Amino acid sequence: MVSERPKVQFDKLTVRFGDHVALRDITLDVRHNEILGIIGPAGSGKTSLLRTLNRTLELTRGARVTGTVRIDADDIYRLGSVSDLRRRVGMVAPLPVGLPMSIYDNVAFAPRMSGVRDKTTLDGLVETCLTQAALWDEVKDRLADLGTKLSGGQQQRLTIARALSHEPEVLCLDEFSIAIDPVTTMRIEEVLKELKSTITILLVTNLVQQARRLADRSAFLLTSELVEVGPTEQLFGREPKDRRTFEYVHGMFG
Amino acid sequence: MRKGWSKRRAALERAKERAIELLIAVCGVSAVVFVFAIIYFVFREAAPLLFGGLDFGQFFGSEEWYPDSNSNKRYGALALIAGTVSVTTLAMVIAVPFGLGTAIYVSEFSTGRVKETLKIVIELLAAIPSVVWGFIGLVALNPLIIDAFGAPVGLNVLNGAFLLGLMSVPIMVSIGEDALKAVPDTYREAAEAMGATKWQVTWRVLLPAARNGLLAAVLLGVGRAIGETMAVLMATGHAVHIPTSPLDSVRTMTATIAAELGETARGSDHYRILFVLGTVLFLITFLVNLTADLAIRGIKKR
Repeated sequence: MVSERPKVQFDKLTVRFGDHVALRDITLDVRHNEILGIIGPAGSGKTSLLRTLNRTLELTRGARVTGTVRIDADDIYRLGSVSDLRRRVGMVAPLPVGLPMSIYDNVAFAPRMSGVRDKTTLDGLVETCLTQAALWDEVKDRLADLGTKLSGGQQQRLTIARALSHEPEVLCLDEFSIAIDPVTTMRIEEVLKELKSTITILLVTNLVQQARRLADRSAFLLTSELVEVGPTEQLFGREPKDRRTFEYVHGMFG
Repeated sequence: MRKGWSKRRAALERAKERAIELLIAVCGVSAVVFVFAIIYFVFREAAPLLFGGLDFGQFFGSEEWYPDSNSNKRYGALALIAGTVSVTTLAMVIAVPFGLGTAIYVSEFSTGRVKETLKIVIELLAAIPSVVWGFIGLVALNPLIIDAFGAPVGLNVLNGAFLLGLMSVPIMVSIGEDALKAVPDTYREAAEAMGATKWQVTWRVLLPAARNGLLAAVLLGVGRAIGETMAVLMATGHAVHIPTSPLDSVRTMTATIAAELGETARGSDHYRILFVLGTVLFLITFLVNLTADLAIRGIKKR
């Protein structure tokens, strides 16, 4: 499965919001079928990095992106259709948003948009995605209820199910577990480990231990810059390349 | 001495406060008083005929409207009701897609200066007096309809519906836009993040989410169209006739009241039957507004 070209390539990526620089000159590769953990304190640019990847960053007023981002061979800022790109990149945002429609329709939304009409196929997809998001058992008897009526943690998992529903090549998870209890978080983490055999995962997390458990490699961002990227054992070990990484992962910061 | 003075001052403050509150309360309640006063007045004028001798079968079932006949007065309002219904229905066929389309464009697809300009121009549309609309129907649309459709007269259902349609567009746009704006941006972003195009977001997320508000927008537009008088009086041809095509001339209930009330003797049957028409109109608009209100309340609940 491993090919020579990385799955995702950020090359000299700089993101500005007006005068504020959110990311400075980031060059970073994400390999096929790995989980890349992205860690760093608040405001270090982790979320902006993910949002450049499905181009939702440009929905924010005043955002400007320079440099290139590639998925496989495609420069995503030169692609014709942003919608096609977004179907290739699943995104789970930290604040869950259940769309104002039934649970079933929430998950079937993206497949329907790409033209899936067959009821049996949709039923299967909805069950698979909800199961992967560890939500199926809780909602299987009330799929017709409004997605917005679920609890915060359930809506969070609903957004995970939705992100998986369009069968993305790359899955971006931004603080997916903040509203989810530890046991359920573990179940989803197990699913992520299985999923990486078919897709590439970028995992932004404030829980350094989560990155340590899941990530094959990790990247450490600090004040808009990439400090270090490497195998997770290296970043979390005794001798990361940069002193600041050591201080951050061992909680000696600030 | 000084203490007494400040006490008096405090009392004065309180009195002032109470007076202002009372004044504002009077303003608020006055709207209710006026509405009920109008209902009472219209109903009072209609009541003697309504409960004394009006042939409802004839009123709702016959198109023979001869309130001035010396030998045989007949009050069949069917053609007038049909006139109002036909013009309003056709007006909505024109206005609903146009108004909602504009609301969607203004709220979702336009930005910056285009959006601001559009909103101002649409509000301007609402400020045009209805007699000016009637004039446009008479002078501009009339020959246009004759040319385009080969109709014998251009003052007909189509003409009136077109004017009414344009007149109810502004209210639909402003209320429809509010309804769309009330849908949280997070819904748009969530849907777009899944690869929905702008139109897919609008069609599959925003329209269902704003459904009640959009319904209210349409119904208030309907209310506007039903009650309009001057433009339809001038543009629909003033013929008591149940229309069989959009190119037929008709007369609406409102136009009938406006045209005939001045010629009637106060207290006569003709005078009273016009108030009966008014009562019917009032009931229709009341129902439409009530439905719109319930629809808006539906939005807030969610």
